[in-house]
Amino acid sequence: MTGPALVLVLTVAVLFAAGFDLLMQRSLIRVVVGFMLLGHGANLVLLLAGGAAGAPPLLGGGSKRAMADPLPQAMALTAIVITFGVTAFLLALAYRSRRLLGEDEVQDDVEDRRICAERRRGAWDAPPERHDPLEEDE
Amino acid sequence: MNVLLPLPFALPLLGAALAMISRRRRFWLRVLAPLVGAGAVAASVAVLVAVARNGVVAVQAGGWAAPLGITLVADRLSALLLVVSSTVLLAIMLHAVAEGAGALDRRSEPGVFHPAYLALTGGVGLVFLAGDLFNLFVAFEVMLASSYVLMTLQPTAERLRASMTYTVVSLTSSIMFLTALGLTYAAAGTVNLADLSERVPALPAGTRTALGLLFLVVFGIKGAIVPMHLWLPDAYPAALTKVTAVFAALLTKAAVYALIRVETLAFPREHGSRVMLVLAAGTMVVGTLGALANDDIHRVFSFTLVGHIGYMLFGLALFSVAGLTGAILYLVHHIVVQATLFLVSDLIQARTGETSLHRLGGLARLSALIAVLFFVPAMSVSGVPPTSGFVAKLALFQAGLGSGRPLAYAVTGVAVLASLLTLMAMARIWALGFWRPRPEEAGEPPAAEPYTRGGVRVMQAVTAVMVAGGLLIAVFAGPLSSWSARAAADLVDPSAYRRAVLDGRAP
Repeated sequence: MTGPALVLVLTVAVLFAAGFDLLMQRSLIRVVVGFMLLGHGANLVLLLAGGAAGAPPLLGGGSKRAMADPLPQAMALTAIVITFGVTAFLLALAYRSRRLLGEDEVQDDVEDRRICAERRRGAWDAPPERHDPLEEDE
Repeated sequence: MNVLLPLPFALPLLGAALAMISRRRRFWLRVLAPLVGAGAVAASVAVLVAVARNGVVAVQAGGWAAPLGITLVADRLSALLLVVSSTVLLAIMLHAVAEGAGALDRRSEPGVFHPAYLALTGGVGLVFLAGDLFNLFVAFEVMLASSYVLMTLQPTAERLRASMTYTVVSLTSSIMFLTALGLTYAAAGTVNLADLSERVPALPAGTRTALGLLFLVVFGIKGAIVPMHLWLPDAYPAALTKVTAVFAALLTKAAVYALIRVETLAFPREHGSRVMLVLAAGTMVVGTLGALANDDIHRVFSFTLVGHIGYMLFGLALFSVAGLTGAILYLVHHIVVQATLFLVSDLIQARTGETSLHRLGGLARLSALIAVLFFVPAMSVSGVPPTSGFVAKLALFQAGLGSGRPLAYAVTGVAVLASLLTLMAMARIWALGFWRPRPEEAGEPPAAEPYTRGGVRVMQAVTAVMVAGGLLIAVFAGPLSSWSARAAADLVDPSAYRRAVLDGRAP
């Protein structure tokens, strides 16, 4: 593996590690930044997939061997547009969430919390009335 | 042919643009959106007819020859799923239009629903037609980006929380999709599926397995395969019910379709098959047990959805014609039935204002029609004969028992058990929601729905048509199975697919 490619590989590794770490935080803005880092990492992977740099890939220009592969670059461009649009949406969502909830954190799921709480109370071993309406009827 | 193939997704996308421009004119939207939906159904049927006549149909968009350009392909599997999905999408659209037009509270329908819904229709169409991985990625993004918008309609605190989880999880899997795609290109030098199916066998075994498993993870997250399902029962119930119906019917199924397509075409049969069998068994058990533990109807249905993804994965994991036939039948059956269940729960919600089982009751007395409309798809999803679920499950069980592999026998046993558990979950809804008298804590039911009488009638009629559609699948099980069997044979031996795409390939 040549020098520039190795640097890119390391960059991808760092971007992915940092991105996934940020993604697992509770603060929404960190999640958004994490997603952006991941997007950059994925685009670099696409770029890496194209192989070494070369001459501009124009029809009728120079030998085939020296040309850069244009296909991954076209894909990376498309992917950049998509991640850009989605990041804008995520930011709007984070802003809306802050306006509506008054805080910038991902909340727990209510139903999950209810089931956990009941479990902790031992409600599942001896169900309370509302959990056992079937037997009530008999 | 060049014009026909892009229509199932181009038409809805064009409609989405039109609807976006005129999103303040409610009446126009309510006419436009179902018309475009009907157009998409017509185009899908035309594709189906073309496929029935000519076999695999392929178009190179933009005139670039196969491995380089954007390829659109329709074979038996994609044509069948196109027709089923566009029909279900149209039905849910009609339901939503009736709900919007019939609402007594005029503020309740956001104008952005129709354009987002049409864009989602387009995205789903493109997923089924995409002939290369990158186009598949773009199709998923179109579909999911519209789903993020639909998910966050009329945001409450609860809905916003759920949609944040949903969006972030989907996006993470999309990034992984992109990465897997880059790695595939680096390894094989192409992302065209037909081209991949020729080049992948030359790769080292380790690379093949790694890529195959990476795609399993990507589509596993999108399709809610245990243990990557945790986002789904959290997110889906929080959306508007009509939106949940679309999501449950199509988003996870699109991922399952992509998984079937990619794993059969690009990655060798034997790799990952054992992993998939184990995952399938886990998905069935966790999903159906979750359905039994939950109290909210939407959550129960969401967990059944997870559980039943396991059946489709089971069919794929067998990698035989019989198994894939079962998986395809199951896809078709489940798209229709799962959408119907959520539409029924929308009716329940309209009638009682409740979705929580411990506060529901006496529905059978309240509305016999809703009871019937719930009973039929509930039996179908549990696989009771003579419904469509029974047909699909029977095909899968036969494939499992015919495979001659001990692990497949075990998973078949788990599948039977999961069917019983599903039946239990449905019986629980029936006993608590419909059969027992209304509990005291629930108070009196509202005197009438918050919709006009006509609106309710149309919503009920649409649901009834969907129920009938589910029954029709059982009635036409014969032709459907033989079509699915031929589609599965095409998947196992992709030479026709390859020929259609790669003839006249670029040098």
